[in-house]
Amino acid sequence: MDVSGLLAQVLNGLQYGLLLFLISSGLTLVFGVMGVINLAHGSLFMIGAYAAFAITRLTGALWLALPAAVAGGLLFGALLERVLFRRFYRREHLDQVLLTFALILLFEEARSALLGNDFHSVPAPAVLDFSVPVTAAFSYSAYRLAVLAVCLLVAVLMFLGIERTRLGSAVRAAAEKPEMVELLGLDARRIHMVVFAVGTALAMLAGALAAPLQSVYPNMGDGFLIVSFVVVVVGGVGSVAGAFWGALLIGLVDTLGKAYVPGAAGLAVYVLMAAVLLWRPGGLFARGA
Amino acid sequence: MRDSANTPVPRRGLVALAGAAVLAEALPPRPALAQGGPLRVGLMLPFSGTFAALGENIAAAFEMHLAERGGRMGGRPVQIIRLDDESNPANAVQNVNRLVSRDRAEALVGTVHSGVVMALVQAARERGVPLIIPNAGNVAATRELCSPTVFRTSFSNWQPAYGMGLALGKQGAKRAAWVTWDYAAGNEAGEGFRQGLAAGGGEVVRELKLPFPETNFQPLLAQIPGLSLDAVGSFFAGGGAVQFVREYAAAGLKERVPLCGSGFLTEGTLQAQGAAAEGIRTALHYGDGLDNPKNTAFRRAFRERANRDADVYAVQGYDAAQLLGIGLDAVRGDISAEKELTRAMRGARVDSPRGAFTLSPSHNPVQNIYLREARSGENRVVGVAAEALADPGTGCRMS
Repeated sequence: MDVSGLLAQVLNGLQYGLLLFLISSGLTLVFGVMGVINLAHGSLFMIGAYAAFAITRLTGALWLALPAAVAGGLLFGALLERVLFRRFYRREHLDQVLLTFALILLFEEARSALLGNDFHSVPAPAVLDFSVPVTAAFSYSAYRLAVLAVCLLVAVLMFLGIERTRLGSAVRAAAEKPEMVELLGLDARRIHMVVFAVGTALAMLAGALAAPLQSVYPNMGDGFLIVSFVVVVVGGVGSVAGAFWGALLIGLVDTLGKAYVPGAAGLAVYVLMAAVLLWRPGGLFARGA
Repeated sequence: MRDSANTPVPRRGLVALAGAAVLAEALPPRPALAQGGPLRVGLMLPFSGTFAALGENIAAAFEMHLAERGGRMGGRPVQIIRLDDESNPANAVQNVNRLVSRDRAEALVGTVHSGVVMALVQAARERGVPLIIPNAGNVAATRELCSPTVFRTSFSNWQPAYGMGLALGKQGAKRAAWVTWDYAAGNEAGEGFRQGLAAGGGEVVRELKLPFPETNFQPLLAQIPGLSLDAVGSFFAGGGAVQFVREYAAAGLKERVPLCGSGFLTEGTLQAQGAAAEGIRTALHYGDGLDNPKNTAFRRAFRERANRDADVYAVQGYDAAQLLGIGLDAVRGDISAEKELTRAMRGARVDSPRGAFTLSPSHNPVQNIYLREARSGENRVVGVAAEALADPGTGCRMS
């Protein structure tokens, strides 16, 4: 076996998995805390990517897109929660699915009207436009390594926020036993808004980070949305730790599958999901049952 | 014509006209239709969306040739009906029906997108409306689904990639991989590359594919160093091509394993690819610096008319107009004479800016595939990868 090739593939898998973590952590919290299946989460990723494209084109600096995606995502998420999602917590899942599906159509149409339907590539920042040899025969672009680092940093901040702050413990409580929040006299509305805003910001940040890696194109979030749902199911609904390890697992399985079993690559992730569901129906990090 | 710059073109047109007139003499006489109202030609092309620039160039060059002929074909004035197909396969059948039924188009020209073109092919087959395809390269249109009324002035996906494979094999490459999106165009080109390379004495040892239009190339690129390859061939276009070429260079592979491909890898994308594309060799039926008088005159006239540079798409649109003109001249504008019309088109020698071409028995151009090298923003022609290459036309049975 080609060992240096394997090393490069593992790096690819980790990088893909960490990006998936940014998307699926928001998805799992929104699902776990609010009980809302947000199909539009992939479109938020798309919005972040197109925002990075637009900002880079206007200013030439991708760096600006990252704080813009986070700040814009927090505001946009809070607004969406306040105006739309709040009214749907007590509605049936079908209503929620219709709402979020409508949002996908709205977001894509808005993107089409504002920025067109073209496929665009986004240049990586000039400072990171060089390659680092990872094996004798294969180099890794510095930007990819930077994305890896940023994702890890965000993951650490997420853990600290969830495990070490009062708000974090309230979110955990809400995810594990939603009815407990009100019994404890916590402000459920505030928790919901924060969770939704953070989830939106993470998805948009992931989009902005991914823009130079993936190019930007219409409906680019769709593929990520589906894989992110797989991550949520594998990791356990509502668990950020589950989303983290689930995302890394899925990222590695998908990448190594594509590299070494190309015929079954599309299938590997779903076989893994089925296996996890059989073994631990609640996911790897299921809330205490 | 306005000035001397344009004179070579109509003069050549006259020669073709004279040739067609000789041919027409042999046919039974038919009533002159010059006064019978304009001939309606439907141009179904993308005028919006990703491929808008391609559609605009095809249409502009088509109209340019029509203007060179004084707006007439076969003695009849020609009225062009433009329809934007948005490259949307979902509306393709409806759009074709609009052109044929509502606008009563008597001949069709279109289109760019290979999913949309199938609706046009179907209309041509079922309703006998003559169709000229000015871009879409699905092999089926001139293979299993060939028809007496379906013509193509562009290429089959198989052709450029076959040329690339052949040139690569002749240069001594023994082992190559093929990288592409896993969809019809990529796989049809892959088949061409494999056969061309085999004919040149090499072999495709691995195919690396990813779903269209994903651009997560890393898992594929990381496999390349372990395969001990002499070259990597590929088919990507547009934004995907930009991304792929840049990542190939960023992975440090460009110096170790030369990248080459079907011409679309570097067509209209060189500016965005920058230094990463420098030196990449591709094969296509057109290129920069093609030195023949027809091409020079064509490029100058197009520049003057459209205020932008001509490209391969403009050439394909121009030749679609030339081919239709040859057919209509032969029947003196009587487009209902389907047999004579299609016979004249089938036997045409099109004096294209890419170099003159004829049509294969399945109505696809028999043309030179040029070897090009990306040099400071241009795809310079450096040689001929495959001379007078015809698509095999496998499975074509003209009814």
